[in-house]
Amino acid sequence: MIDIIGKRYWYFALSLLVIIPGLISLLVYGLPLAIDYTGGSLMEIRLPSGLAVSSEEVIEIVRQVTGFNVADIRVQPSLQGTLIIRTREIDASMKTRLEEALRSRYGEIATERFESVGPTVGAEVTRGALVAVAMASLAIMLYLTFAFRHVPHAFRYGVAAVLALLHDVAVVTGTASIFGKVFGWEVDALFLTAVLTVIGFSVHDSIVVFDRIRENLIRYRGEPYDRIVNHSILQTLDRSINTQLTLIFTLVALLLFGGTTIRQFVATLLIGMISGTYSSIFNAAPILVVWEKREWRNWFRRPVEQTVP
Amino acid sequence: MRNRNLWLAIIGLLTVLALWVDFSETRIAIDFLGLHREIRTVLGLDLQGGIQILLEADVPPNQAVDRGNLEDTRRIIENRVNALGVSEPVVQVAGTRRIVVELPGITNLEQAVNTIKQTGLLEFVDAGALPIPEGTTIRTTLDVSLTGTVPLTATPTLPPTPTLTATPTLTETAPMIGTSPVTPTLQVYRTVMTGRNLRSARPELDEFRRPQVAFTLDAEGTRLFAEYTSRNVGRYLCIVLDKKVISCPVIEDAITQGQGVIRLGAESALADAEALAVTLRYGALPVPLKIVDTRNIGPTLGRESIQRSLIAGIVGFATVALFMILYYRLPGVLAVLALSLYAALVFAVFKLLPVTLTLPGIAGFVLSIGMAVDANILIFERLKEELRAGRNLTAAIEYGFERAWPSIRDSNISTLITCVILYIFGMNFGASMVRGFALTLAIGVAASLFTGIWVTRTFLHVLLDRLSAQAYRRWFGI
Repeated sequence: MIDIIGKRYWYFALSLLVIIPGLISLLVYGLPLAIDYTGGSLMEIRLPSGLAVSSEEVIEIVRQVTGFNVADIRVQPSLQGTLIIRTREIDASMKTRLEEALRSRYGEIATERFESVGPTVGAEVTRGALVAVAMASLAIMLYLTFAFRHVPHAFRYGVAAVLALLHDVAVVTGTASIFGKVFGWEVDALFLTAVLTVIGFSVHDSIVVFDRIRENLIRYRGEPYDRIVNHSILQTLDRSINTQLTLIFTLVALLLFGGTTIRQFVATLLIGMISGTYSSIFNAAPILVVWEKREWRNWFRRPVEQTVP
Repeated sequence: MRNRNLWLAIIGLLTVLALWVDFSETRIAIDFLGLHREIRTVLGLDLQGGIQILLEADVPPNQAVDRGNLEDTRRIIENRVNALGVSEPVVQVAGTRRIVVELPGITNLEQAVNTIKQTGLLEFVDAGALPIPEGTTIRTTLDVSLTGTVPLTATPTLPPTPTLTATPTLTETAPMIGTSPVTPTLQVYRTVMTGRNLRSARPELDEFRRPQVAFTLDAEGTRLFAEYTSRNVGRYLCIVLDKKVISCPVIEDAITQGQGVIRLGAESALADAEALAVTLRYGALPVPLKIVDTRNIGPTLGRESIQRSLIAGIVGFATVALFMILYYRLPGVLAVLALSLYAALVFAVFKLLPVTLTLPGIAGFVLSIGMAVDANILIFERLKEELRAGRNLTAAIEYGFERAWPSIRDSNISTLITCVILYIFGMNFGASMVRGFALTLAIGVAASLFTGIWVTRTFLHVLLDRLSAQAYRRWFGI
């Protein structure tokens, strides 16, 4: 029989190995927040085909029209052959003037996308996002405590599931920070949607394992708790992997063929889903065992020092 | 047995209904038990292109915005937007101090913004010795070039942010009385003051229970009015909205304190006073608004997104179907059938409600295909376990469903919890993308419970009756 519970600290270590670089990146670089949170404007234009333009030149045009500092203007070609111009917030009439200026220089351009967000909304969205994650965690913890009310220490199941989901939030935001630095990812309103969805699914997986523990506790009364947990994980392993596979199939299909504007959203989901399954099997259930045995009493103590209570 | 056939009949009926809704291309209106429904696919702005504008009350953040005023503002904006000729504009109150405007198919952002932000130009003009008949379109000194054509699309001449709020405070009298109209001339009238200087206007009854409108002015308006009325007692001052004469009262006294009343004709009712007060007030919006968020998506990007999503959906579905059949064999085939019904059902619900399809919404739908089979996977894994434990097939199926149920229930409820939170979050910011995703995911979860459990179960039982006991091990891939 495969012993997952016995190696639980190895799995915790693996989680930390993924999370810590992300957290360091978060501390050093922060999250690459999009205008949804910071306020500002984004304009995506399609240039006449075959026309190559230099970013510097576009920046200069934007600077002349808007009067912004060069530091407030970023121009970046996208993978789809469009040009993305990011600036401080500009209004509708300035947008028109900017389009005219670009048109007179480059010929017929098309504005594919224009977004402009005021700074107050940005700040509110950020606050709302944190509240949403906190509320979701709390609601799930309460629901699980209720659903497992006939099991001893029902509260632990709620807490363990929430710890696992926080693990996934950490993985996803950490990755977003690193990818923001490396690939120029941006954290927008959809990122939050992705995080909340990952939370939902992560709990999905945890519940399936917990539910089996709940059943096995009755069936194998008297067996050691860690053996019951390990057995439950193994029994549900096929299901966990298969469900994960079907999700990965659909997400990869979306990633390869789906709309370009949600590619980053789908990639975030994919990372989160994988993390969610991992954390449910290798973190949530083992945390129950750690709690049952109150192992934290031995974490900072050498095995010989057994005289101290 | 009879029960099973009944279920099968219900499932069959649902399938036919769902497919019918899915494939009715034209808009069909159904009248059923007083319910009126149009069946159609509603595409979000990101799919069909268009403009979204989020407006916020331009008042200090700690000052509450009156719900009724916000609703009035919404209605006024809706009227203005309708003048743009958009096919299906959405104007909704979002949260407690915001209004979200969605204009599908519109590409000129500047024109849209001007239409929304225009305040309705309210002027008080000097009519001289003779009043102008109500409803006459006139020229004023404020903007001679605009000869009062189509007021709703005219360029606004007032500052972009309306500064009038509706908090009337006064009742002091300085009467002006309207009199009978005389034929107008094509002269240019002098604008004494604009609606910008009007602080409030409120209908009321005087001591003889005659209707009148009490108004107050700001400092500049007080000065302008004092200067003008003291020199023009006995002459006519017309109230003009978008170059159209609303009312032409005579000046009875000099109004120097910035407060006055407009007394209506003898046969007027309180409703007339209300209407005039509304015009005076709403020439400026009841709630001053500023634009806090604009999004503009070109039509090509949207069209491309639809095609791509469709391909992604098909590929995703096919891969999941293939996997289920290869891994679970016969039950896998049934699960795929159930999954097809799932897709048909969910899409039918989208069309019936209707759910506005956005790109993230479609992603949520495609994702839910992967999730919908989760219930089946849970059940089939259980089924295999029970079969391996030596139960006969009928018992194994029953145990499989029964034992898998608690985890299916708990996990789906927790997903619904996050959907609700996402939806609430999206509502506050008019973030239709987030809301669309939450709604489609929630509908998906609900539908997957039905197809993943009842439909698959019925299929399994119906098939079971026709299967030899020796064959099933192979069919079930054990």
